[in-house]
Amino acid sequence: MCLGIPGQIVEITDADRLMAMADISGVRREVSVACVATPDLSDLLGKWALIHVGFAMSVIDADEAEKTLEALRGLGEAQETLEAMAEGTAAVIGHTSGVTEVAQ
Amino acid sequence: MRYVEEFRDPVAAKAVLTAIEAVVEEIGATAEDPVHIMEICGGHTHAIFRYGLDRLTPKGIEFIHGPGCPVCVLPMSRIDECVEIAERPEVIFCTFGDAMRVPGTRKSLLQAKADGADIRMVYSPLDALEIARRNAEREVVFFGLGFETTTPSTALSIQQAARESLSNFSVFCNHITVPPPIKALLDDPHMVLDGFVGPGHVSMVIGTHPYDFIAETYGKPIVVAGFEPLDLLQSVLMVLRQIRDGRAEVENQYARVVPEHGNPASLAAIEDVYEPRPTFEWRGLGEIDASGLRIRATYAAFDAEEKFAVGYGAGPRIVPEPEGCACGQVMTGRIKPTGCPQYGTGCTPEMPLGALMVSSEGACAAYYQYGATDDTLEAAE
Amino acid sequence: MNMTTPIKPARLRGDRVTMAHGGGGKAMRDLIEEIFTDVFLPPGSEDQARLTSDALREPGAQLAFTTDSFVVSPPEFPGGDIGKIAVCGTVNDLAVGGAKPLWLSAAFIIEEGCEFALLRRIVASMQAEADKAGVRIVTGDTKVVERGSADKVFVTTAGVGVIPARRDMRAENIRPGDVALVNGVLGDHGATILAARGDMALTTDIQSDCQSLNALIEAVLQAAPNTRAARDATRGGVASALNEMADAAGVQIEIDETTLPLRPEVKGVCEVLGLDPLYLANEGILVLFVPADEAGAALAAMKSVDAGRNATAIGRATSGVAGRVTMSTLFGGQRLVDTLVGEQLPRIC
Repeated sequence: MCLGIPGQIVEITDADRLMAMADISGVRREVSVACVATPDLSDLLGKWALIHVGFAMSVIDADEAEKTLEALRGLGEAQETLEAMAEGTAAVIGHTSGVTEVAQ
Repeated sequence: MRYVEEFRDPVAAKAVLTAIEAVVEEIGATAEDPVHIMEICGGHTHAIFRYGLDRLTPKGIEFIHGPGCPVCVLPMSRIDECVEIAERPEVIFCTFGDAMRVPGTRKSLLQAKADGADIRMVYSPLDALEIARRNAEREVVFFGLGFETTTPSTALSIQQAARESLSNFSVFCNHITVPPPIKALLDDPHMVLDGFVGPGHVSMVIGTHPYDFIAETYGKPIVVAGFEPLDLLQSVLMVLRQIRDGRAEVENQYARVVPEHGNPASLAAIEDVYEPRPTFEWRGLGEIDASGLRIRATYAAFDAEEKFAVGYGAGPRIVPEPEGCACGQVMTGRIKPTGCPQYGTGCTPEMPLGALMVSSEGACAAYYQYGATDDTLEAAE
Repeated sequence: MNMTTPIKPARLRGDRVTMAHGGGGKAMRDLIEEIFTDVFLPPGSEDQARLTSDALREPGAQLAFTTDSFVVSPPEFPGGDIGKIAVCGTVNDLAVGGAKPLWLSAAFIIEEGCEFALLRRIVASMQAEADKAGVRIVTGDTKVVERGSADKVFVTTAGVGVIPARRDMRAENIRPGDVALVNGVLGDHGATILAARGDMALTTDIQSDCQSLNALIEAVLQAAPNTRAARDATRGGVASALNEMADAAGVQIEIDETTLPLRPEVKGVCEVLGLDPLYLANEGILVLFVPADEAGAALAAMKSVDAGRNATAIGRATSGVAGRVTMSTLFGGQRLVDTLVGEQLPRIC
């Protein structure tokens, strides 16, 4: 339910109607910023927001994103320690693909 | 940071999966005696199969696919009413693409379009507003569909139409809310549920407190989750840890997007434009009290139900499901999609019988499309 | 075949096609000559093309013949137009079957009110692409229909080519162990059209990948003579091409999500509209199967031509379950890649 995708606010296009241009991986779409409007709309420039059906619904909190990634990294480190203990050597976790190698 | 790729890192996923395996072992869950975790949101169901997470997580976890696909739970009678409105010669009927293929008792919107109705797919209700501005002599109706995530967009569009006195714009409101069906499921004595993965984008609007009752009254853990695969895996881990520790809390894995108290501007717009209906029908679940929204009398001029006299409750409500269709049982987790006698034979994505096969977020379509039942598909090492 | 100013003085009146241009009289002749045959055909050409080629006299050579209709809205888009697609599409249909494309026909269904200028641009673009691909447009037809009966212009091309002796590129030749290659990034055309159509109000810098692939295929066949089969991944995208090939050959095809070449903008369009890039249409992308020991050579040959600069291996055929296409996801999970049902619709949920 509710497809949403991060986009960066790059331009205020119509301050009266609370409209702005969002850039999503190089795709631009005019979106409403009514839900995330600040007294000075230019404060939104450069911010990332979650875009849903043409509306910026939530400004993404960079600190919270970093905390989530930190927790994930913590799991990774814990696992590396465990594996290092088990194998007596530091394990490098990698993702391999058998396909491209064939074609080299 | 672009907030997407970082949360799709396979190396990090491996670490979370290892942690998940460890907790599942601590809990003592097995394939025969699994923990049952419901992902409420259809977007999560889709992501689980899209990334093959169902095969990567241990067999001691069983995912129950919840009712969070607005297209799937839409009663057939409402599609019939859409078709009725769309077939009026003065109407331009605007809809999200999702609803086009859903079968009504007579036809789907796609069929109505082929029969000559002016039906247009749009990305946003703002686009329907623009169509209304450019077609003053036509009646432009937007098919308002979706949970709390989408409701603010139609509320704000109605407010904008009111400001512009766009008298040829109206919304056919079918917005529904997440907490009531969860309560209905928890009250169902047949349901076996150990915890929930909560809907991230609904929660960015309503915040996390509307789920307090799940933890406090029913003693079940819930973790509000993002939609990238790492988000989902981390949330599953958080639910499992709560189960292991005997905790029942509302946790927020998706704090980068979901504020504790939601989005005040969105909530204000919803409150201004909509009010709860006494009851609303959910396909497969029946009538659920206060689970649907309708447009307030102050905005009646923008209410397609008023404009075209197809008010909810005007006709016979419950349209029986097609013969043999077990969408209701699947939606409540009583049976797996494959347990439905019609699955893959009488009901396929080509010829859907039930709604769960129509939307790619429907559990049956996700099973079918991504080969979820195929035992020869295994997690690659 | 000249693209210079018409020899005769301009006789077409007005700037749009009317029903009179379909009536069989002088107006029709003026339209056909001034806009079409003056560009496509040498002076003095007959209505019926008479063709000969040395390639046909080679013992064991086979004629290949194909036809395709083109309807694109809008008819002009970044990277191409309906005319360019009509040439590329038919050239590619011939080329993926191992044929060297030689001659094309072109028939136009024109909507009353269509601008002459649009037709001229389409015709010029067809001739330019035909020159590039080394084929000739040798015969054609026009019809005019009333406003509303068509969308500006529809084009049908048919193509004739020659398959040299001992060349067999039917999909059933694919064997387990063969490597799947694509010649470039996926979905550019589909994403471009979605954006260009305007209903979704998306702006991008993506261009259609629309291009002729016959030179690329000849280069691959030189470098990898045991190339098994090729398909152009047009409607239904790479996923549909792979499914057809898996069916025809009775093999399983396994692709690897991490190797799929995708532009960020195409991913962006797909994320916004909830689409799967594997099903987006392409107009200059093919899937090619080669034996594993020739994969390196085939890839190098592709990369040596413009149309193959971003070529890459995306998977391989296995003896698994006949007719099935699977993908290992970014995470190493496996999922089915089914044939597209109906049309991919933009979704919100």
